[in-house]
Amino acid sequence: MQAVSSAPMLEMTGVSKRFGGVQALSNVDFACGTREIHALLGENGAGKSTLIKIMAGVFRPDSGCMVLGGEEMKFATPRDATAAGIACIFQELSLMPHLSVADNIAITDPPRRFGFIDGRAQRRIAEEALARAGAEDINPYAPVSSLPLSRRQMVEIAKALARNPRLLILDEATSALTAADVARVFQVLKRLRSEGLAIIYISHRMSEIAELADHCSVFRNGRHVATFAKGEKTDMQVVEMMIGRELSHAFPPKPKHGTNGAKPVLETRALSWEERLRDISIAVKPGEIFGLGGLDGQGQMEMLLALFGALRSVSGEILVEGRPVMLSSPESAKRCGIGIALIPEDRKTDGLMLPMSVRDNLTFAALDDISAAGVISSRAESTAVADMVRLLGIRMSDASSAVATLSGGNQQKVVIAKWLLTKPGIVLLNDPTRGIDVGTKQEMYQLLRRLADEGSAIIFYSTDYNELIGCCDRVAVFYDGRIVRLLAGDEITERALVSSALNIPAADVAAAEARPPV
Amino acid sequence: MSALVVALRRHTNPAILTAIGCIIALLIAGSFYSANFLSPDYLLQQLQVASFLGVVATGAMIVILLGHIDLSVPWVMTLGGMMATASAGWWGDVGTALAIPFGVACGAVIGLVNGIGVAYLRVPSMIFTLGMNAVVQGLVVVHTGGFAPQDRATETMHELSTGRALFGLPNALLLWAVLAVAMIFLLTRTTFGRKVYAIGNREKAAYLSGVDTRFVVLVCFIISGAMSALAGVLLAGYATKAYQAMGDAYLLPAIAAVVLGGTNILGGRGSYAGTIVGTILITLLQSILSVMQMAEVGRQIIYGTVIILMLLTYGRGAKTQA
Amino acid sequence: MNRLRYGLLEHRGTLLAGAVFVVLFSVYIANYQTGLNAAVATTVANKGVLLAIVAMAQTLPVLTAGLDLSVGMVFVLANCIASAVVVGSPLETAFGIVVVLAAGLACGLLNGLVIVYGRLQPIITTLATGAIYYGLALWLRPVPGGDINSDLADALTGQLPGGIPSMLAVLLAVVLLVWVPFRNSVTGRAALAVGSSEQASYMSGIPIERVKLVTYALSGLLAAIAGLLLTFVTYSGEASSSIGGTYTLNSIAAVVIGGTSLMGGYGSAIGSIFGAFVLRTIGDLLFVLDLDPLWQPLFQGMILLVAVSLSALRLLKIRNRLDLFS
Repeated sequence: MQAVSSAPMLEMTGVSKRFGGVQALSNVDFACGTREIHALLGENGAGKSTLIKIMAGVFRPDSGCMVLGGEEMKFATPRDATAAGIACIFQELSLMPHLSVADNIAITDPPRRFGFIDGRAQRRIAEEALARAGAEDINPYAPVSSLPLSRRQMVEIAKALARNPRLLILDEATSALTAADVARVFQVLKRLRSEGLAIIYISHRMSEIAELADHCSVFRNGRHVATFAKGEKTDMQVVEMMIGRELSHAFPPKPKHGTNGAKPVLETRALSWEERLRDISIAVKPGEIFGLGGLDGQGQMEMLLALFGALRSVSGEILVEGRPVMLSSPESAKRCGIGIALIPEDRKTDGLMLPMSVRDNLTFAALDDISAAGVISSRAESTAVADMVRLLGIRMSDASSAVATLSGGNQQKVVIAKWLLTKPGIVLLNDPTRGIDVGTKQEMYQLLRRLADEGSAIIFYSTDYNELIGCCDRVAVFYDGRIVRLLAGDEITERALVSSALNIPAADVAAAEARPPV
Repeated sequence: MSALVVALRRHTNPAILTAIGCIIALLIAGSFYSANFLSPDYLLQQLQVASFLGVVATGAMIVILLGHIDLSVPWVMTLGGMMATASAGWWGDVGTALAIPFGVACGAVIGLVNGIGVAYLRVPSMIFTLGMNAVVQGLVVVHTGGFAPQDRATETMHELSTGRALFGLPNALLLWAVLAVAMIFLLTRTTFGRKVYAIGNREKAAYLSGVDTRFVVLVCFIISGAMSALAGVLLAGYATKAYQAMGDAYLLPAIAAVVLGGTNILGGRGSYAGTIVGTILITLLQSILSVMQMAEVGRQIIYGTVIILMLLTYGRGAKTQA
Repeated sequence: MNRLRYGLLEHRGTLLAGAVFVVLFSVYIANYQTGLNAAVATTVANKGVLLAIVAMAQTLPVLTAGLDLSVGMVFVLANCIASAVVVGSPLETAFGIVVVLAAGLACGLLNGLVIVYGRLQPIITTLATGAIYYGLALWLRPVPGGDINSDLADALTGQLPGGIPSMLAVLLAVVLLVWVPFRNSVTGRAALAVGSSEQASYMSGIPIERVKLVTYALSGLLAAIAGLLLTFVTYSGEASSSIGGTYTLNSIAAVVIGGTSLMGGYGSAIGSIFGAFVLRTIGDLLFVLDLDPLWQPLFQGMILLVAVSLSALRLLKIRNRLDLFS
């Protein structure tokens, strides 16, 4: 482990920030040195993102001061922070989709000649930055909109590096990356560390933090709880610091035997779409939690969208309760037989109407059930809302406050509650715990198992192996649009998941396991 | 602070309060010009005039709530007035009886086309309705030039616009009141109204919640077309004849009335009560300007300036922040 | 060659609009009695360039994902101002031209100031400021009238040696002096960025306010240039709200036909120029094909409607229904 240089690159003291009624940060002290990768840990709403945004000049602190490289700093805009040598890579990308990669990388300070933009110099800058980020394969002239999400994230990293920062901040920057890209980024970060950068890293993935971080700081409820060096605490100790309470079990127990000879409630036969889904045939029984595994972008998301009626020109058959259905829209999916529900990936743009009240959002998918002849019954509405808030433990001031004021985990609960009101027989979940704090994740696992026990069929796409292992009765591993392996019960292990995700034939894996370790 | 004040603060849009304040200010200012200004007769007459604008604003508002806009109001109004008067000429007694519904139906058809263009073809509404406005203008030109139709208003139309059947209240005002009650009910108590607000906030999320958003948009444009045509019918009744470019003077005031009443131009927020207040405000403004005998020149300038000043007071967007 | 391929892809809208124009114009000339000669070209140019420059004015705000519903009124206002001051000796004329252009710049700047610092939506703002500009035009010219420096007018509406209409030369000058520098400057690039994603632009530290101000100001300037040229064509100033409204609508249609996206971030003023000429040619085609004048407004309206609805064609290609929503 690298020794931390004695004078910290960044030092923040007594920083506080309040948004309306919420105290996002209280009197936080924080320091990060050169040649150091420092991880920030904490639940959603713990204050990490706010602290980062203050560093990046997006917010101004109510009190406290920030010292960078020995000089006190006050940033009025992100531009000031960039000029001071701070580069920040957020979860929400700061790329302009219509512009080219090179345009984006040089956007703040394009090279000029006679007052106009120098295209050739710009391309050179872009190529250097892309190389530094380990993404030489990206064409600088390509429009950003033509790149898949993980490539865009690499462009974002290149853009940050092009400004030669002394402090690099990554806020959940790897959540959209493929596993190969994550490995590449780690190499780049380690190289940058040895070149003298200070790096601050936020992630919910413990394995990444264990590999990268020299130091970790834990935040809870807007306060700085602890800072410790690599290896000083176990994962469970860290999690308990984050949530402030003891964890009993990570996952609810699965039923011992498979579901009985019940008939499958959802079936697909030779489902195909464009090049993204090829010949998918599955059968899910009521009471089953069926997982979709594999590397990112192998067709899992498209599978869920196809089952929800959001895709056009899907070939093959979908059968609900044994009868073929034509799903032409989410509305038809909601109304077909026992009902299909989809919890989307991005709750802020796809799952909720943020400025509207919790009540309005919660009842929105089940309006017909709380109304008669198109007129809403306020009594039925209040009862439904109260029931759901109680069932899911949604924390909010009251049902008429805007859903935007809730924390991420509670917002996700509203999305789930919205769909539970429609009493769906089939529940599809598109990576529902991404960016959600540990405590809420636990509650969601319990809820899913309870739903299954009550007879629903659940299809669960997750990028987290632990979730797939802990929650699912069966897992279908996707590779290039096909299901390459179907694992059931005890077969679901990390080794099996990883190897199938990389399309290593099962026989090879078994043979490797049989050989004694060298 | 007492619970009542807190509740009032939360539920009342500051825009409405500002607008009411402006109305009071205008009434006071008007009374300096003429003692008549505050007399019940004059105020009632103002409300009658406001009804015409109010009908247009009703249609404009529901479309704006969706996050769209209907710029075909001017010529759909003309079309409505012309079709109503023409129907009496074409179909004799039956035509006279059906004049008003026929005029409104024509507006609804145009609204249907608008709705298809915006909801199903996904053309931006300001562009499609602007184009539709030109098409309807072309239709009216063909209609008046080619067929020399009747343009005299029927008795019923005239009675509706100028008569006072109940307690001395203008019929037009009663009509607006009925529409207002219907609209308030639609927006606040029905699933349709809830869907309108949701679509205005985020159509994608509404769609992913299993709502047929395209149909809701279609119906709203049909309502807008029907309202514009109805206003045209009223105008024709008032002037006892339909004439070209009847609607040109109503588009900007209608949008202003909606926006000044606190409805967000981007959609998703606003109440009909605000539109009522905004309509009365604009009507009073127009009256004061004519009492002051301000020429058309001054009116246009003052109009534009007033809209901007009022929007600056409370219609502002949020500062861009991460 | 990658550079070339991406370049073609980037400008596909403009190239398509150009191709459509060439085809339509050929059909028009083929049906025109005397075919293509200098006089015909000049008439076409004199009318077409006006709309082309107003379309250029509309393009700039559209690139930033805005819209300017006041361009037609600035056009009319500039026309009225010009009919009052662009007269007399060459020095007085030159001064008058400067006044007109400054007025346009001021109008555009006012639009920009209200939109940026007032944080109001462009549509409602420009709808309101358009009323103000129209009122000012009406104040200057309650009835049509006024005059213009006839020597300059003759020169500009005539031909250069070789039979090329002078208006085309003026158009080329405007493109070279206003659009090309803007497009290649940091501000022009930033305008596209703001239109593509305002949020991302803010996070990237782009001075969004300055960019929008410059964009709207230039838009006003271009509209004023077009209004000035109108005066040279008509020899008078008229405050007509229908002319203003028609030019506004047509400028939007021209922008769409020219391949610029109304959602911002993508497009070119050159495409809008082609779009304007396409619209003009269609109007002339209707005339040349002997269509009953009574039906012409309806046909032109329908063509405008179809033109702006062209974007619906992309729906056919959509395979993921969620792409229908921005």
